[in-house]
Formats: sequence, structure tokens, C-alpha cells
Amino acid sequence: MSAALVRQSEAPLLQVEGLTTSIRVGGAWRDAVREVSFTVAGRETVALVGESGCGKSLTALSIMGLLAAKVGRVSAGRITVDGVDMVAASERQREAMRGDRVAMIFQEPMTSLNPVLTIGFQIGEALERHRGMSRKAARARAIELLERVRVPSAKARIDAYPHQFSGGMRQRVMIAMALACEPRVLIADEPTTALDVTIQAQVLALLAELQREVGLAILLITHNLGVVASVADRVLVMYGGDVVENAPVRSFFARPTHPYSEGLLKAMPRVDSAGELVAIPGHVPTLPDMPDGCRFQARCPLRIERCTERPPLAPLRADPAHEVRCWVRAS
Amino acid sequence: MLGFILKRLLLAIPTLVAVLTVVFVLVRVVPGDPTLVILGDQASGQARADLRAKLGIDRPIVVQYADFLGQVATGDLGRSLATNRPILDDVAHVLPYTIELTLAAIVIGVAIGVPLGVLAARRRDGVADWFARIVSLLGVSFPAFVSGILLLIVFAVQLRWFPVISTPRTSSVGDRLGSLVLPALNLGLLMVAYVTRVTRSGMLKALGEDYVRTARAKGMGGRVVVWRHALRNVLIPIVTVVGLYLGALIGNAVLTEIVFNRPGLGKLIVTALNQRDYNLLQGLMVVAAFGIILANVLTDITYGLVDPRVTAR
Ligand SMILES: Nc1ncnc2c1ncn2[C@@H]1O[C@H](COP(=O)(O)OP(=O)(O)OP(=O)(O)O)[C@@H](O)[C@H]1O
Ligand code: SF4
Ligand SMILES: [Mg+2]
Repeated sequence: MSAALVRQSEAPLLQVEGLTTSIRVGGAWRDAVREVSFTVAGRETVALVGESGCGKSLTALSIMGLLAAKVGRVSAGRITVDGVDMVAASERQREAMRGDRVAMIFQEPMTSLNPVLTIGFQIGEALERHRGMSRKAARARAIELLERVRVPSAKARIDAYPHQFSGGMRQRVMIAMALACEPRVLIADEPTTALDVTIQAQVLALLAELQREVGLAILLITHNLGVVASVADRVLVMYGGDVVENAPVRSFFARPTHPYSEGLLKAMPRVDSAGELVAIPGHVPTLPDMPDGCRFQARCPLRIERCTERPPLAPLRADPAHEVRCWVRAS
Repeated sequence: MLGFILKRLLLAIPTLVAVLTVVFVLVRVVPGDPTLVILGDQASGQARADLRAKLGIDRPIVVQYADFLGQVATGDLGRSLATNRPILDDVAHVLPYTIELTLAAIVIGVAIGVPLGVLAARRRDGVADWFARIVSLLGVSFPAFVSGILLLIVFAVQLRWFPVISTPRTSSVGDRLGSLVLPALNLGLLMVAYVTRVTRSGMLKALGEDYVRTARAKGMGGRVVVWRHALRNVLIPIVTVVGLYLGALIGNAVLTEIVFNRPGLGKLIVTALNQRDYNLLQGLMVVAAFGIILANVLTDITYGLVDPRVTAR
């Protein structure tokens, strides 16, 4: 295990150790997530960042046990949610965990809600399932939850359908739904990417507020380093299925160490610098073309001969809470 | 919802007028002289002219057209040329049989097609899926009279489970149902085929949708996800396909009635054709047009029930 520093005094609610997830591409199983380890404690937000296709969603779905069996599987590692081993658990036990101890919200509020069921029913459903509530009690609780996520005139809109809500309101409904059973762990897969900038900020603020209130552990998946800087405690940078950098958010922005992280930061638009945006040259190789050794080697300006071997994720000597997977930068 | 239903009904009126016009024109362009049918070829020119005047077919076509529309509007379909009985009476007498048969076919189609389609989608390429594919292939590729004759040979002639001629002799419910089974199965097979097909493909799509993943993320089990979250959405294409093929169903009901020698619109149509009874034929077409337009309106209303986004439009 890495020397992950738990900043709060609470025990980690989500522990991922050596998670390897394989998916089937053209008949062959390939590792799309490789030996990922991290922990998230109560009240802590860990951000997972990286370009499209680097394995962020697969990591999240692995934790939830939602990989489609024919396409993906957890091939190694341990995932513990609130003390329950999600990999060893039966599908029935995982079902009992989902929506109760661990919940997830998705990127697309437009398509993630069922168009033919009322939002009141969709929020109350988890309460009926996990809390044995009657339909009526669940509906009453759903109204409270809608009020909690500040959907205006919740009582009047409880029997409305998703198409009657705006994108931002739908995402609030998703949050109400995810938090219905007061889970300990929340996984948010790009919860604000599909929203306008102002709505994004509101939704993030709401999540932070709810987190403080109930002590949630949040795993936040995002493309947006600005979001990371404002809400995360720790950041994991993924590239080609590998965690390439794992650091407290302050040291990450002070000393981005992996060449890929540097590239990401240079490609990030900033208000305070007049400097040009520099895109990282090249693109992420597809899984079948993924090189052995360091997966970033084809795009890395610092590449040395040794980079054809896979570097370990190693703590920096100056800051052991800050880990980097790079032959050149880790020393 | 009420406003929505009213709107659909009003929208059906222009369609109805258009269809009535087509029926009117069709009947008048078919070759053949109705007076020949009624009076035979020995009658004098004077007798023919008298009959024409009596039937009103000597008047200008526009007047006939207005007259026809007016009659239909007041629910009068005219009298049969052959028997001089009011057509509406003849139709009212046999229509329940055809409606009964068509409804039974829809019930069979949905009751078998939906579960079969769901099962096929859940176990793609499994046994149920292959079975579903064979059933839908057979259902759409056998003409109703061929499958009807096959059913008769197997179940009525060989196994003697059902009567060969399905005219109920008594009015007992059991008898009536017994005589309905084979024809309904014959017609239902077609519906099973369509419904299975659309359910299977709809479910395959729905099970990959984001909202299904959301339901699973809430801890919903496979059964709830399939029957509540996915199938509710697939009801929309199922209603579409049932509505769409109602016309074809009514056509096949006619064939089925003939094969099974069952009373109904089918037999009436054959009679009308054999006797060149243009009035009866016209009346039957009007009834069929009403039936199909009514079915369309019902389909639209059902949409409103299964898809909350429809009534909002
Ligand atoms: N169902 C699937 N079938 C085949 N390949 C898949 C499937 N899901 C994911 N992949 C592949 O797995 C890799 C990781 O995908 P993942 O969805 O985790 O990326 P991501 O980091 O979430 O990207 P994004 O930012 O676009 O959401 C990608 O190469 C992707 O093509
Ligand atoms: S290990 Fe080599 S190729 Fe990979 S990031 Fe470091 S220097 Fe670049
Ligand atoms: Mg993703």
C-alpha cells in the first residue's frame, strides 16, 4: 500500500487496492485499468482526472460492480466500501450495497433519468428497495430530498417527468436520488460536464455542502482541473489505465511532477496567466496499441531508454504523500 | 389528457373524409353495370333506366357524392342491391365476430410476444432468442390462409381438439370460445411475430440506456430493471407496431374467417363480391375505414398513456 495520507481523522470509507479491470476488445481481454490504489475517507474528496478513455469511468463502474459481464471484469485487486469487500461479494450483496452504502451520479442528466417514470418515483424507489418504505412514505421523503437539493416548488413537481426539468435541475434530482438512503460513499462521474458554467458551480457547491453535512466520501471524476483545484483534497491523474500521479491537491498544483500532469496543466485555460495554451501533442493510444512499459512514452518529451520498462508509482523524497510513476521524475 | 383525446378525434375527421372520397371513387370506377346484376341481361333499356333512377345512380356524380357523405354522416349505409336489407343491419350482425377475433389476436400477440421478446433480449443468442427469431420469421412469412389450413389439418382434423367449422352452434360461452381458439391463434401468430420482434429489439436498446445503468446503481435487481425500467420504455414501440399492423390484421382477419368458415366481415365481403353488390361493398369499405381510423385514434391515445412526453406536445 502506498503511504496515502488520511488528512481527516476518519477511517477510509472507500479503499481500492491494486484494482485491475480488463475489457474485451476484439475477442482479447486487455487491462484498461492497471493496479489502481487509493482511499477516500469521510468528508474527503478525491479527484480522478485524465484525458478521455484513460479508464476513469471503468474504475468507477468497477467499484459499483456495474461492469457489463460480457465486456468488462475486475481481474485483480480489492475494493472495500464501508468495510464490505465488493469484489468478493455476491451480486445480491452488491445490489444491497448499491444505492444504499455507495451511490453514483452520472454525467448525462438528460439520459440518466428514466423518461417514463415520475421523478418522485425514481427518487423514492431506492427508499422502498433499501429501507422497506411504503410508496407513500417514500414519496413524502422524496419531496424532502428535492427540497434539500433546492429544486423549487418540490411538492408541485414531485409527480413531474424528467423532460419537464432543465439540465441543472435534473442533475439535482440525480443527486437527491443518489443521496436518498444516506450513502457513505458517493461516486460522481463528471457530474457537471454537461451543464452551463454557472450551473456547474451551483451543483458543485451543493455537493460540497451535502458532504459537510453527512460526512460523505466523494470520488469525483472530472476533466476539469479548475474543478479539482476548488473542491478536491487529493488528486489522482490517470493515463492509459495507470495512475501516473497521486498527490494532495496543494502539492499537485504547486509541483505537478509527472510529464503528463505538466502537459495537462499547460493545456488548462487560466484567467491569471497570459501564457498560451499548449495542447499535449499526439493522442492516447488505443488499448491494443498500448506500449509496454510507461504508457506515456510515445508522447513524452523526457523519454529515456528505461521507459520501455513500467515505472513504479513511487513517493517523492521531498514529499512522501506525493507519488509519481516516472523513471525520470521520481528520483 | 381529455383535451388531448379531443384533439386526436378532431384530427381524424379530415382523414375520414379523404378515405370516404377514395371509397366513393373506387366503387364508381370498377367496371360492370349494377343493373346487369340485379335485372340480368334480358332486361330492357327502359327497365334499366328506371332502376338507375331508383338507385339514384343517374344523377350527376357531385350530387351522388354529397348524398353519400350525408348518408354516412347520419349513419346510413344504404341498402344491399341483392337483398334490399339495410347494410348497417347486416354489418352489425357480423361485426362482433370480427372484432372478437381481432381483439383475441391482439391479446395473444401481446401476451406471448412481449414475454418472448423480453426473454430473447435478456439471453441474446440463447435458446429463447433463437425460438423468438423462428416464431417471428414463421409468423410474418406464412400467409394467413396457409397457416390457417395447416392449423385446421393438425388441430381439428388430426387431433380433433377443436371444431373444423368454427361457427358456434349454440350461444354458450364455452362453445363460442372453443370456436375462437384456432382462428384467433392463426391471426395471433402474425401479431406474436411483430410484437416479439419489436420487443426484442426495443429491449436490447433499452437495456443499454443510461437510465438502466442508473436503476442498477440504485440497487435495483435484474427483474425490476427489465420489467419496470426498460419495458416501460419499450411499450412505446410496441403500441406503435400494434397500431401500425391493425390494418394488416383486419385484412388477415377477413382471410382467416373465410378459411375457418366463420361469420364476420370476411364472409360478407365474399358475398358482396360474388353478387356484385356494389352498395354492400361500399358500405363494408366505409366500415373498414372507420375501423382503421378508430384504431389509429386509439393508438394515439394509448401513446399518451404510455409516454408522458406525448401529451405535453
Ligand atoms: N463497454 C465498453 N466496450 C469496449 N470498450 C470500452 C467499454 N467501456 C470502456 N471501454 C474502453 O475502456 C477504456 C477506458 O474507458 P473509460 O470509459 O473508463 O474512460 P474515461 O476515462 O471515463 O473517459 P471519458 O473521459 O471519455 O469518460 C477506453 O479505451 C474505452 O474505449
Ligand atoms: S517514465 Fe519515461 S516516458 Fe514515462 S513519463 Fe517518465 S520520462 Fe516520460
Ligand atoms: Mg467516463
